[in-house]
Amino acid sequence: MRNGTKYWTWHMAAGVVLLLLLGLHMVIMHMGGSVHLFAPRGADAVSEANSQWRDSKICFALSYILLLGVGLYHGLYSLRTILLELTLKPAMEKAMTILLVIVGVGLFGLGSWAAWAAHVVALAGGKG
Amino acid sequence: MAEKKATKTITFHVTRYNPEVDAKPYIRAYAVEVNDGMTVLDGLHWIKENLDATLVWRYSCRMGICGSCGMLINGSPTLACNTQILHLSQKEITVGPLPNFEIIRDLVPDLLSMFDKHAMVSPNIVRDEAELNSTQGEFYQSPEELEAYLQFTYCIKCGCCMGACPTLATDVRYLGPMPLTALERYNEDTRDEGFALRAKIAGGKGGAFRCHYAGECSRVCPKGVDPGKAIQLLKRKLVLDYLHLAGKKKPCKKLEGPGEGKLLPNMIAPARTIPG
Repeated sequence: MRNGTKYWTWHMAAGVVLLLLLGLHMVIMHMGGSVHLFAPRGADAVSEANSQWRDSKICFALSYILLLGVGLYHGLYSLRTILLELTLKPAMEKAMTILLVIVGVGLFGLGSWAAWAAHVVALAGGKG
Repeated sequence: MAEKKATKTITFHVTRYNPEVDAKPYIRAYAVEVNDGMTVLDGLHWIKENLDATLVWRYSCRMGICGSCGMLINGSPTLACNTQILHLSQKEITVGPLPNFEIIRDLVPDLLSMFDKHAMVSPNIVRDEAELNSTQGEFYQSPEELEAYLQFTYCIKCGCCMGACPTLATDVRYLGPMPLTALERYNEDTRDEGFALRAKIAGGKGGAFRCHYAGECSRVCPKGVDPGKAIQLLKRKLVLDYLHLAGKKKPCKKLEGPGEGKLLPNMIAPARTIPG
């Protein structure tokens, strides 16, 4: 019965983490090149060299996965809230929740694999 | 007393509906002679006495206390007895039943769904029965503790907030502003120990987290209660409780005899002679 509190608390927490990570993303994208913050290889923060440098750091790889996780949870929970307002039948609501969980877990798995693969490739590229 | 001269003729567009006869609600226009100071409720009485005796609505006190005459007036849920016609319009007004309720007839909404939800949230002091029923002593509550929930006690259960709530308009399972405000009113009461009981309902499917804070409930409340605030306070309390960050609420003590209350010794004002 109290699942509403649990889901909503995590929704809010995910929102805060999203704000922090998106703030970091904006700083790197718009200031990283000029102040060389997380962009030591040239003035272009999104150049392949700088991107590979960030991908090779495990903290960045983990932050990508975290960003993906909180973004998916926050977004899909919001979508579920909107869909619940359609006042569907309880069975339909349950099916919708299960579908959203499957979509979320699937996208998280795919995105995490991609982030980790980028990390491994960058590491290999760095060593090479 | 001589009857006042009519100052204006205002057209009332009134929603009519008799479920036994009509397939759906329809609107009928009435030309009402309006004097200064006439309320919408007075206008409805005038229609019933002079134009159409079949018009039905609910009212009782005629002074904004009982909450019986909640209606949708010019698109906003409010009390008919508390709304002056000429303050609204010089030409025409619309009067309909409160939205988000079944219509019993014409302007009479079926408020049972609201009162059923109200009953679900345990809107009463929850405490040890023996202590509660004992006639000995009284619960001590400071003015500050009273202030924490005082405004929520002003609710007259008129249903205007329920009629204005956009979430309730799409989801009838949502408890709505009035029951959630009542719930928070008792959560804030230091005599009460029923938070855990109410948290199950408040944190459930139709609970506080369905509120998107549109704030319409607070805007339309004819008694100045702020249900939007009550729901946000409730959300905060539920989250802190879930995270185990909520401070342990100390229920107020029962004082058994005179002199145990903090204010009693200094309460007697010295005798004074009023000059002049």
